[in-house]
Amino acid sequence: MTRSPSSPGFWRSPLRGAWLTSALGVVLLGGITVLFVTGLVSYAAYNPNLSPVNDKTPDKGILGFYLFPWPTDPHWLYRLNQGLHVTLGITLIPVLLAKLWSVIPRLFALPPARSLAHALERISLLLLVGGALFEFVTGVLNIQLDYVFPGSFYTLHFYGAWVFFAAFVAHAVLKTPAALRNLRRLRDEEPSDLVSPRPDPPTVSRRGALWFVGGGSLLLFATTAGQSFDGLLRRTALLAPHGGADPGGGPSGFQINKTAAYAGIHAAETAEDAWRLVVTGRTGTVRLSRAQLARLPLHSAALPIACVEGWSTSDQWWRGVRLRDLAALVGYDDDPPDVLVESLQRRGAFRRAALRANQVADPRSLLALYVNGEDLSPDHGFPARIIVPAAPGVLNTKWVARMTFGDL
Amino acid sequence: MRRPLIPVGSPFQLLLLAASFALAGYAGVRLLADDWFGVAVWFVGAALLHDLVLLPLYAAADRAVVRGLGAAGHREWVRYVRVPAALSGLLLLVWFPLISGMVDRRYRLGTGLSPDGFLARWLLITAVLFGASALLLALRLRRATKQRPPAVH
Repeated sequence: MTRSPSSPGFWRSPLRGAWLTSALGVVLLGGITVLFVTGLVSYAAYNPNLSPVNDKTPDKGILGFYLFPWPTDPHWLYRLNQGLHVTLGITLIPVLLAKLWSVIPRLFALPPARSLAHALERISLLLLVGGALFEFVTGVLNIQLDYVFPGSFYTLHFYGAWVFFAAFVAHAVLKTPAALRNLRRLRDEEPSDLVSPRPDPPTVSRRGALWFVGGGSLLLFATTAGQSFDGLLRRTALLAPHGGADPGGGPSGFQINKTAAYAGIHAAETAEDAWRLVVTGRTGTVRLSRAQLARLPLHSAALPIACVEGWSTSDQWWRGVRLRDLAALVGYDDDPPDVLVESLQRRGAFRRAALRANQVADPRSLLALYVNGEDLSPDHGFPARIIVPAAPGVLNTKWVARMTFGDL
Repeated sequence: MRRPLIPVGSPFQLLLLAASFALAGYAGVRLLADDWFGVAVWFVGAALLHDLVLLPLYAAADRAVVRGLGAAGHREWVRYVRVPAALSGLLLLVWFPLISGMVDRRYRLGTGLSPDGFLARWLLITAVLFGASALLLALRLRRATKQRPPAVH
């Protein structure tokens, strides 16, 4: 019978037991809670209720109950939130794998169900394990631009998170009290179905196993976290998608999400004689060349680019026209409204994006023409791009063609 | 009174799981709205692939190392193989799309960065991990030789 995985004697590791599973479980309880909250906050940062163009999950119903107008202060808010979400998620992968390893005998345990409640709990575990792996896998693939999953990342990762979270809460409520009891007991092992009845001689202590898992987390953290910083720190992110070197050098040599070539922007359409910014509002439409824009009052703001993929740049020095000054050009003198921004780019989920009135009104919110003292480079949005404090990168529309002010 | 065929279990647990399934169902119909089959395959497939393929594979590899070194009388060397191999494998698992080069074109076009270094960097990290492990083992063996009482010779 020991040849069958449903027999307890099949599992030989002397490490398995209530204490190890509880320790890993408590780490995940805290870590996954932070992942879920930062994920929800990231969704709110898109201002999905402002306009359909900002919302990839318009059928969310009550799942958007908590949404709030996204603030512009502190200006590093999205950078912190998203860096935390992605870096912590990657760091937790070894803990998740170890946790699943520690309870694998239970997958095969017989009888399949001891009671109706137990049967339902096992079904719930499929949602828990499938959901956890689904969330981690879609996240890890998305930051590597490997869009092989069946649908839009936003839809899958958002609804998947809620399915997972439903099972996670039930699991946490059922298991946390016992897990805390096991940990308080410290060294004397509670009798548990996870303990092997005929263990192999140990090759590592339980403490050693925890160090091993922690070492895996530390290695992933150390080779990822640097992509939220510039210079030497970025170079420490040896395997992260936006680690290593910066693209090119000079004032525009900071990280790019999508290049002009990727977005299908041709130099002919951004040339001085071809490109016009079309601004529409209460009093009609104004068309401005880049030279005309450059003669409007220009202002500066030091703001980062922070991507949903978790990487970010330090503050760059942007210079351009305040969004609220553009609103004033078309009849909104003292009451800047929302704005719909449209890009020249032909594809991309956010070639149109909406900004809320509080974002337009912030004096640091610019239609930038220059960065770090020079013209924008084509890859950073020449002739003009949006830059708004604390906004997710995709809402800082590049290659802006049209801005429509008014309540959305 | 006849006992029910299957006991019901804790009513609290039943209520909690019912609430959990209701919320999961509310989100689940939205998750499955577009490509229900593809998403279901990914969701269930992720669990099956992990539990029935990935875990048995690495467990078998680990057991082979333990047996092999045990047969050679060096069971205590296991950690010097297990730790670097697992850490290297972990990095490969997480960063496989970049390391394998399967997203090269999109990565280069999208970010303006070179996709060429990932494989080399992973190999170098792997070399450092195994090299450091070998060094630690060598130091340990040397110390053991020095501490051995001369009578053994």
